[in-house]
Order: sequence, then structure tokens, then C-alpha cells
Amino acid sequence: MGILIDGNTRVIVQGITGNQGRIHTKLMLEYGTKIVAGVTPGKGGAEIRGVPVYDTVEEAREKHSPNASIIFVPAPFAADAAFEAIDSGIRTVVIITEHIPIKDSIELLAHARQANATIIGPNSPGIITPFKCKLGIMPAHIFTAGSVGVASRSGTLTYEIAASLTKNHIGQSACVGVGGDPITGLNFIDTLELFKEDAQTKAVVLIGEIGGNIEELTAEYIARDYPKPVVAYVAGRSAPPEKRMGHAGAIIMGKSGTAENKIRAFENAGVKVAEKPSNVAALLAKAAFV
Amino acid sequence: MRRKRFLKLYEYEAKNILAQYGIPVPQGALITNANSAVNAVAKLKPPFAVKSQVLIAGRGKAGGILFADPVEEAEKAAEKLLKTAIKGIPVKKVLIEEKLPINKELYCGVTIDRFARSYVAIASAVGGMEIEEIAEKTPQAVLKILVNPQQGFRSFHARQVTRKLGYGGSQLLELARIFEKLYQAGMDYDAELIEINPLAETEEGSFVALDARIIMDDNALFRHQEYKKRLLGEERDRTPQENQALRNNLAYVKLEGNIGIIGNGAGLVMATLDVIRCYGGKPANFLDVGGGAPTERIAAALNIVLSDPNVKALFVNILGGITRCDDVARGIIEATKKPVITKPIVVRLVGTNEEEGKRILAEAGIHVLDSIEEAVNQVVKLVEKED
Repeated sequence: MGILIDGNTRVIVQGITGNQGRIHTKLMLEYGTKIVAGVTPGKGGAEIRGVPVYDTVEEAREKHSPNASIIFVPAPFAADAAFEAIDSGIRTVVIITEHIPIKDSIELLAHARQANATIIGPNSPGIITPFKCKLGIMPAHIFTAGSVGVASRSGTLTYEIAASLTKNHIGQSACVGVGGDPITGLNFIDTLELFKEDAQTKAVVLIGEIGGNIEELTAEYIARDYPKPVVAYVAGRSAPPEKRMGHAGAIIMGKSGTAENKIRAFENAGVKVAEKPSNVAALLAKAAFV
Repeated sequence: MRRKRFLKLYEYEAKNILAQYGIPVPQGALITNANSAVNAVAKLKPPFAVKSQVLIAGRGKAGGILFADPVEEAEKAAEKLLKTAIKGIPVKKVLIEEKLPINKELYCGVTIDRFARSYVAIASAVGGMEIEEIAEKTPQAVLKILVNPQQGFRSFHARQVTRKLGYGGSQLLELARIFEKLYQAGMDYDAELIEINPLAETEEGSFVALDARIIMDDNALFRHQEYKKRLLGEERDRTPQENQALRNNLAYVKLEGNIGIIGNGAGLVMATLDVIRCYGGKPANFLDVGGGAPTERIAAALNIVLSDPNVKALFVNILGGITRCDDVARGIIEATKKPVITKPIVVRLVGTNEEEGKRILAEAGIHVLDSIEEAVNQVVKLVEKED
């Protein structure tokens, strides 16, 4: 089980001939991900690690019937690549690319919603269903299979917490990085919906951070009878207002978006909030039999 | 990899853009030295508003806007502003404008609604204060229209809002036109925020943009080359460390404390700052080296943090994924081989090529820890000992 991807997912890599595309194609193949084709305009006919490369997604679709795409295309062209994937009928699209203009993301996500496609990202480390499928750039060895679903706005912080879960013998049903941008496709609420329907998932970890109000809205959603225990960590308690902490999404404007606000909202919704990343595992053990 | 940063435009730049879109702005002149004030205002009618051009919120309250009548007063006011600093930022440019008789102050702006994943147009019958403050004090005055990205903010949307603000007749058409043009300017310039605040209704019943703000999406600067050059070229409003960071593509934010922090990944660095606080320490900065940082970038990061005189000790926290621990270790060695470096360094290093990284650091006598807690505990104790 798990969400969105499994051992049968047929993946194309868009931007497969670039530096990051090559490295992660290799790593994903090593993990067992079924990469059926790559796409780079102008590089059709090439081969990367035995994976055939096409000029268009359309050709890749005709020959290999993919149902998911992972995008490493540079920011100015990344939205176009995602439109192309959706146009070819692909309904799960992971966008690793960082620094996509917000205007492009807004147009893309509106189109994706209408086409019923799921976009993970932009600026996401991807998604992993341990031992089945990795559609992302995360270091694979820190994950192990189990019953906790993880959703996060951050990359390395997810690895930090996933590694600590694994060390404490708490396996994961899936780990999703929803992306560090202010505007992302899949958000925490969408992910919780997916984890709710997933029989393997017994509890959920949310890794939030300062900026925006998605944690607050997610807390409201959880308070309306979410059936599985949720544990959260929120990064940025010591962040000063109006400063951008690396992630475009992590900026505090006025009073909204502060860590305190988010932590309070979660706690009011019955979500246990860890003070440090390393406390998540202990809170999970208390909140659920995992 | 480039890191995210702001591009706020000055008031005069924002007003130039609005004027290009046919939005009325006050007659005015930009000066950089007080001697040119008299000439500059020769074509303007008193009284004047003399406004420092700084990218600081609350400029008015901080004394950055003066009023003057007659002409000679404008010169004095400009001279005074050009000698002052607003919240620590020296004033280099002053905008002198005709001060108009005002009937009412409104607000209109376009920004991003993250949750709705769309632009949102905001209008208010009350203006002049920050929109957050308006929304808190008089929520009933604030109107919001979520813009469907496939439809855009169309003329009829603008008319609907204007009608709800209580205007009719030619005023309705004029205000709606301004709102629609504002949206267009925002789209064309990839604005994360574009606002006119206050948008004044004059005693004659026409509308003028008294102040304007544009924050551009710096990720879209490849579509706006002239601003991209400026972002990299100007060193305004930044500390030496911030400029160094910008040149090396590092995300750096100066904080108040004395423990220097370097890590990879924004979330991990933020969490590191939080754990430092948990243990009673005070972080001196936020510094994210990004993903897959090579040796040189790590060395640059160390140089930046160690050059901050407030920093008493440094904590490097790396969780290697795309980033390789051996690259990090070499960067640390390179930055610390200078004899002037005497500040203690605590390193936590796990992940890709961890063994090699640890071996390199061990040879140089730098001890490496495995957990954040252990490392933070140690660095906080080191700083306490220094005090």
C-alpha cells in the first residue's frame, strides 16, 4: 500500500540528461524504481543507464505507458514540462526543481486541478514508499517500511526525522515532501486525506515550518474528526519576523505564520507537537501503537 | 544553486511602473542631493510631501516623510532627510511630490493566497495603514476576490469591487480602471505583492496613488533582466556578511546571538536554531549552504560566519543526502587552516560519505558528533565558558 506510488508505478524522468537527472536516475534505479523512459528535448535517441531518452513525453507515452513523472528541468522551463506530462495523461507529477516563478506555479496548479492530476512540489524532495518505489532525491538508506505516514515542507529536516524514526524501529508507509515553495500542489490536508484511506498507515507525522497558514488550516481539518493520530514538528520558533529563512515559503509576515501560532493551532486540535526533531519518535510511540 | 531572496522596489520605481500603466500618481521629482531640490520643485506646486526612499516598513512613523511649504522648506526637508538614517538605513534618494487635498484614503492591491494557490485582489474603503492592520481593525471594510488563474482578474471583477466600495458613475469606471491596470502591472512584473496604499480620492473626486509598493518574485527575474542586474549589483541595505553570502549563493540571515550556525537545508537549519534555543543558547545567524554544496561553498560559509565579530563559537550541522560529508569536511579544513581562526567549532556530520568526512576532520583534530543534541549541548557550553 502507501500513497500515490507503489512497486508497479511506471516512471519517466523529465530532464534526465542533466546533472541531477542522471545522478538520481541511477539512485532511483538502484532502489528498484521502475523508470521506463527519460525525456529531454533535443536529446531523443540517447540512453541514460539503460533508460531510453525521448524528445517529447508523447513519444515516451506511446512506447512505455508511464503513469508518473519526476521533473528535474531548470526553473524557467519546469512548468512547461509539467504541463506536457499532464497533457500526455500522466496523473502523478513530482517537481524537484526549485525557483519556479510563482506565476508559473499558479497557472500549472490550476490546470492540474482541472485535469485531476496530482502535483507534488515544486521544490520538493519527492515521495518514497520504503522498499517499493522512490520518486525523489532523498537518501534511501534512512527509510524503512512500516505504518507511519510522513508529510513535510522541508528536505533535510525530513531526513533527520525519518532517520530518527528508523533508528527507533518505527517504519514508514510513505514519506512525502510537499515542497518548500509558498505555493505547492499537494498540501498537508490533501496528504492527510490520502493517508486516511491508506490501510497501511496507522499514524501521521507532519513536519511544518514558519510562513503561510497551511499548518493552521490543517489543524482545523484534523480537529474535524481525523481518524488517525497525528504528531507534528514545526521548525522556526526562533525565526525573526519578515526574514526569509532559505525557503521561499518560510517567511513570517506580521503575526500570522509564526511557529507559536502553528504550534498552538496543532495542540488545540489534539495534535502532539514535538519540541525537538528527536522527540517525534517518542510522541508517536505514546500516540499510537506503531 | 541560487538561493531565494527579496526584490522590493522603491516607491519611486513602483510609481514609475504605475504611471506607465496609466495610473495617476502625484507630480514629483527624485533627487539625490539637497542642492538640486529647488530646481526639482520649480515645476511643482506647493505644498510638498518630501519622502525618503528607503525599503523600510513604517517609514512615516520613523520620521522618513516630511511636509513642506513653501519651496525653500522643501530644500531644507530634503537636506535633513539626506543626512539621516531611517531605522539604521541611510537615505540616499528623496522623492518630492505635490501634496494634494484629500477627501478619503483607500487601499487596493494584488498578492498571493497560498492556500487557494491563486492571486487574490484586495480592496478596502479604509487605507493608509498596513493592510494587515486594516483587516484587524475594520475587517468589514476589506474586500477580497480570489482570481481564477484561468480567467484572470477581468474588467467586470474590478467594477464589482468598486461598486462594493460604494462608488458609481464616472468614479466607478475610473477606480475600476485603476484596479484592473494594477493587476496587469502585477502580472507583467511577476509581483508577489503590488499595492497602492493609500489610494487617495481627491477633493475633486479623482483618484491618485499616494504610495505604492511592489515586491517582485525574484525567481522570475530571468524575465526581467534589468532588475536582475540590479539585485546582484547593488549592495544597499546589507551587511558585509550578507553581501558575501549573496556572492556565494548562500541563504544567510543575521540574528542577535553569539553561536554561528551552518547547515544544509532550510528546514534543518531552522530546526538547529530552535534546538540551540532549547538548550539556552543564542544563534548568531541562519546559514543554509543548500543541496550538494561543494567544498568551496562550505569554506565560504565558514568564512562568512567566522568573520562576524559577535560569533564566539560555530556549529556546523550537516545531514548528507546530495551533500557529501567528505566535501563538507574539506571545506571546513580549508576555512580553518588560516592561523587567525581561533574560534571553537563543533561539527555534526552524518549521511553520504560520513566515514571519509569524519576521518578528514579527525586528522585535523576536529571532533565530530552524531546527534544534534550532543553537539548543541557542547557548543552552548563552549560559549558559556567564553563569557
